[in-house]
Amino acid sequence: MTRQEKKFSGSALEGKHHINLTVNGQLYELAIGTGAGKVNPSDTLSFTLRETLGLTGTKVSCDSGACGGCTVIMDGRAVLSCMLLSIECDEKEITTIEGLKNPKTGELDPLQQSFIDHTAFQCGFCTPGMIMSSKALLNDNPSPTEEEVKEALSGNFCRCISHYQIVRAVMAVSGKGK
Amino acid sequence: MKSVAENYRYIGKAMPRMDGQEIVTGKTAFLDDLKFHNLLIGKVLRSPHPHAMIKRIDTSKAEQLKGVKAIITHETAPDWKGGLPPIRLLDRKVRYVGDVVALIAAETERIADQAKRLINVEYEILPAVFDDYEAMKPGAIQLYDDLPGNILPLGSDEISGATWATEIVTGDVEKGFAEADAIIEGGFAYDNIPNPISIESPAAVALWEEPDKVTLWVSNHKVWNNKRLLSPIFGDKVQIRIIGGACGGSYGAKAMSWQVQCYAAALSKATGQPVKVIFSKEEQLGCFILRPATRLNAKVGMQKDGTVTAVAGSWLVGTGYYSRTTQIQIAVGCGEAMIAVRCNNWNVKPSIVCTNRNASGIVRGFGGQELKCALIPLLSLAMEKLSLDPFEVLKKNFVKPGDGYFWRNAAWYNYRGIDYSRAMDEGAKTFGWKEKWKGWLKPTAVEGTKHIGVGVGVHGNADVGEDMSEAYVRIDNDGRVVVISGLTEHGTGQRSNVVKAVAEVLQLPLEFISITPGDTLVTPVEWGPAGSRGTYAILGAAISAADDAKKKLFQLAAPMLGTDNFEDLETADGIIWLKSDPEKRIDWKKVLKFRTVIGHGRFDEDFSLSNCMMSFVELQVDTETGKIDLLRVVNATDVGKVIDPHGLEGQLNGCLGSAGIDSAIFEETILDPTTGCILNTNLIDYKWRTSAELPVIENVVLETPIDSHRFHALGIGEISTSPGPSAVLMAASNAIGQWLHEYPVTPERVLKTLGKSMEKKQGGSL
Ligand code: FES
Ligand code: FES
Repeated sequence: MTRQEKKFSGSALEGKHHINLTVNGQLYELAIGTGAGKVNPSDTLSFTLRETLGLTGTKVSCDSGACGGCTVIMDGRAVLSCMLLSIECDEKEITTIEGLKNPKTGELDPLQQSFIDHTAFQCGFCTPGMIMSSKALLNDNPSPTEEEVKEALSGNFCRCISHYQIVRAVMAVSGKGK
Repeated sequence: MKSVAENYRYIGKAMPRMDGQEIVTGKTAFLDDLKFHNLLIGKVLRSPHPHAMIKRIDTSKAEQLKGVKAIITHETAPDWKGGLPPIRLLDRKVRYVGDVVALIAAETERIADQAKRLINVEYEILPAVFDDYEAMKPGAIQLYDDLPGNILPLGSDEISGATWATEIVTGDVEKGFAEADAIIEGGFAYDNIPNPISIESPAAVALWEEPDKVTLWVSNHKVWNNKRLLSPIFGDKVQIRIIGGACGGSYGAKAMSWQVQCYAAALSKATGQPVKVIFSKEEQLGCFILRPATRLNAKVGMQKDGTVTAVAGSWLVGTGYYSRTTQIQIAVGCGEAMIAVRCNNWNVKPSIVCTNRNASGIVRGFGGQELKCALIPLLSLAMEKLSLDPFEVLKKNFVKPGDGYFWRNAAWYNYRGIDYSRAMDEGAKTFGWKEKWKGWLKPTAVEGTKHIGVGVGVHGNADVGEDMSEAYVRIDNDGRVVVISGLTEHGTGQRSNVVKAVAEVLQLPLEFISITPGDTLVTPVEWGPAGSRGTYAILGAAISAADDAKKKLFQLAAPMLGTDNFEDLETADGIIWLKSDPEKRIDWKKVLKFRTVIGHGRFDEDFSLSNCMMSFVELQVDTETGKIDLLRVVNATDVGKVIDPHGLEGQLNGCLGSAGIDSAIFEETILDPTTGCILNTNLIDYKWRTSAELPVIENVVLETPIDSHRFHALGIGEISTSPGPSAVLMAASNAIGQWLHEYPVTPERVLKTLGKSMEKKQGGSL
C-alpha cells in the first residue's frame, strides 16, 4: 500500500460528493474524487492535511500507526492521522500543530513555549506528534502526573531520546490548566 | 591552560534553540515538506530473493500506465558505481532481499506503486549465504566474481584514497602473555545488527539539468560529504550542488545516503523533472544501514593489579552485501580499543566478510562500540579470574596524558588531553558503585525472582578532531553578521552553538547573527557532524572565522580611533573602543559604511584528543520470565566546558535509543537464516523504548578545561550509545550469577542460560 492509500470499506458516505473538515477553526469543503484539491476515498487524513491542505506540520514516519508522528487532535482526542481515511473524518473538527498558536495574538500555546524552554527536542521530527499527544492529554486532564504523561506519550516514537526533556516540559504546564 | 572559570555571555548558558520556535509550530521544513514544481515521485522495485540473476525484466506494461514517466532497470541505468566492491547502482545480479531491481518515476505515489506491480521479472535464483563464518569457508557461495572467500580488502576506501589502519599490532604478545597472572581465551559477539532508525526516513530530491548539472535536496547532516561521495560516481564533468535542511535524525546512518540520492538523480536525468524518493519505514528497516556485526575471538592477559599485558586474536566484521565505510570503522574501532585499554602488546587482526543481507555502515559508535561490546566482556572474564573490580580496571586502563595510540590513519598519536579518572570517580559515587558492586556474578540484591545486577562500560573516541571544517563570518555594513557554514541541523543543536560561539567572540546579541543554510553552492567545505567533532572542529572553524573577521574590522577601525595598536581595541554590541581610553569609541556601521568584511576559519584534523564516557547500569532480571528491566543509568564524562547544557543532556540521554544500550536488551534486526528476509521491518516488530519504560538517567558532567579551542570544550554526543551495551551484559550476568554471551539479552537467552528453556508448545498455531 502506498503512503496515502488505505482500504475504503465504509458506506456512510455513499452518494456524498464532498466532505466537511474543520481544521484549526477553518472549514474546508473538499470534493470527493481524484485530482488536485480533491479527496480520494483512499486518502488518509495525514495525506489530506499535508498534501491537499498544505499543513506539513503533521509528520508522517511509519505511515502505519506505530510511531505517533502523525498525531492530531480530532474532536478533542489524539488520533493517528495516517490511520484514518479522510472521508471518515467528515464533519470532524481537527487541530494540527499549526493550530495551537493563538490565532489573534500569534502567541504560542504554553505547551509549545515549554517545549522551547526545556529544549524538549533534538532533531524535532517527532515534536509535532509529541506536542499534539500531550495537548490532548492536558485537554482531558489538566493536571496529569508524571506517570500519566509517560503513559500518554508511550505511542510516540522518539529515537533521539528526548523523552526526559519532553516529560519535564509537559509537567511544567501540568496543573496550570486548573 | 586556564583553570579559572571564564565569564561567558552565552557559552554554557541554557538558551532556546535558534530553530525552537519553528520546531514547535511545525514550520521546520524537513525534506518531505518542501514544495517543488512538477515534482515526480520515485519508487524502488526490490528483489524478493537474497541472491539471484535477473534473467528477464519486462517493463512494457508498467510503462503504458498513465502517469508513469520513467522506468530504469539494470539494462538502462547509468553506469554509476559505489562502495567496495564497487557495485552498480542497478545490477543484473541482486544480492540481498530488498536489493534494487528497477526504479520508477511517476506523477503520484499511487501510480508509481501500481507500476511497480506491473513490472515482470524473471529471476535465476542462486544459493545464498547469510552467516559470516559460512561465507568465509572454502567453497562458500560467492557474492562477487572477483572477491574470493567473500573477504573484502582492508586499509582503504574507494573514494578518499586514504590509508586506514588494518590491525592493532604492537609490542610482543608472547612476552605479554608470559607476564600475565591470568590468561583468558574466548569469544564474544555483538552481531544482532540493530538499526538506528531515524524517525525521518532516508530521502532525496534531485533535479538533473542536462547535460551535466544536478541539484540534490537531502535529508542528512553531511552536505559536503554527499558531494564528495557523489562526485566520483557521476564523474568530474557533472556539477553537483547539495542543499541540506533540517534532518530528522541520522545517528550516522544517513551519511550513507548515496544510493537514495542516486535513485532520485537517475530518475530526474531520465525525466528532466525533479524527482523525490523517500524510503518507507519498511525499506529503512530492511534496506538501509545496519550496525556492522562483530565477532571477536581473542586471548587476553592481565596482571593482578589490572594491567592488561596482551590482547591477541581475530575480529570478524560482517558488513552485509557490500561496504562503504566498514574499512574505516575497523580502523577507528582499533584505535578506540587502544584508547580504552592501555596495553603494550597487541595483535588483533580484523577481517570483513560479505553475505547476502543488507549492508552495514555508519552508526553512532562507529566500529568502536562494536569491538568494545565484545572486548570488554572478554576482559571481564580475566577480571573475574583475578577478582578485580571492573570499575577500577576500566578506569586504570583508559588513556592518560602521556600515553598514545595508533589512530585510524595508522599513525601514532601522543594523547594530550585530560585524565578522565575524576569524572569516572564522580560517576561511581553518584551511582553508588562501591555499595552496589558485590563481586563477579553476584547480584546486588535478590527479592524472590527479581535479581538486581550492576555493570559498567567505557568508551572514548579521538575522532572528536577528525577531518576538516571551514566557515566564513561576514560582518555586513548594517552591523549584522552572517555565518557561512555547510552545517545542517540533525538534532544536536550545533547550528545554534555555532551562532553562540560567534556571538561570544564578537560580543554581539544573538539576534544579530544568522547562519546560511547548508548549501554547497554557497558555503565553504564542511565535513559535517560525525564522531562528536562538532564541538572541537566545527566550532573551532567558526571561532577562527569570527576572530579573523574581528581582526579585519579592527584594522579598519584602528586609524579611525587614532591608534595602530590593535591590542588596545575592544568590541561589544557593535561598538569598538580603546581599552586605554574607553571614551574613544566608534560604531561598526560607521567603520564599515559600504563595506563588508569576511573572516575565514579552518580546522584541520587533530587526533591527539579523545573524549570519554563511562556508563553505569543497574537492572533487574526476573529469573522466572527472563525479562530485563533497566532501572538506572549513570553516564559520567568530562567535556572541558559545556557549551549548551540542554543539548548536551539530550545527547547523553540518547544513550538508550539509536542502537545503543537497548541493543543489549531488546533491539535487534532479525534475519531469517533460511530465506534471508528481515522479519521485523516495521516499528511494531522492531522493538523500541517507549516513554512508559524509561529508566532513571543521571548524567555526571565535569568541566576540566581541555586544550581544544578557546572554550576548552570537547564533543561527546556520538559515543553516548557506546559504553552501555557491554555494561548491560555485565549487569545481567551479575544479576543471574552466570555469564551471558550474546546480545541482546532476551528473556529466551536468560532462561536458557539459567537452564530453564521457554516452554514450547508443539504443533500449535501462532
Ligand atoms: S506516521 Fe502515523 S503512526 Fe507513524
Ligand atoms: S527529537 Fe528526534 S525523534 Fe524525537
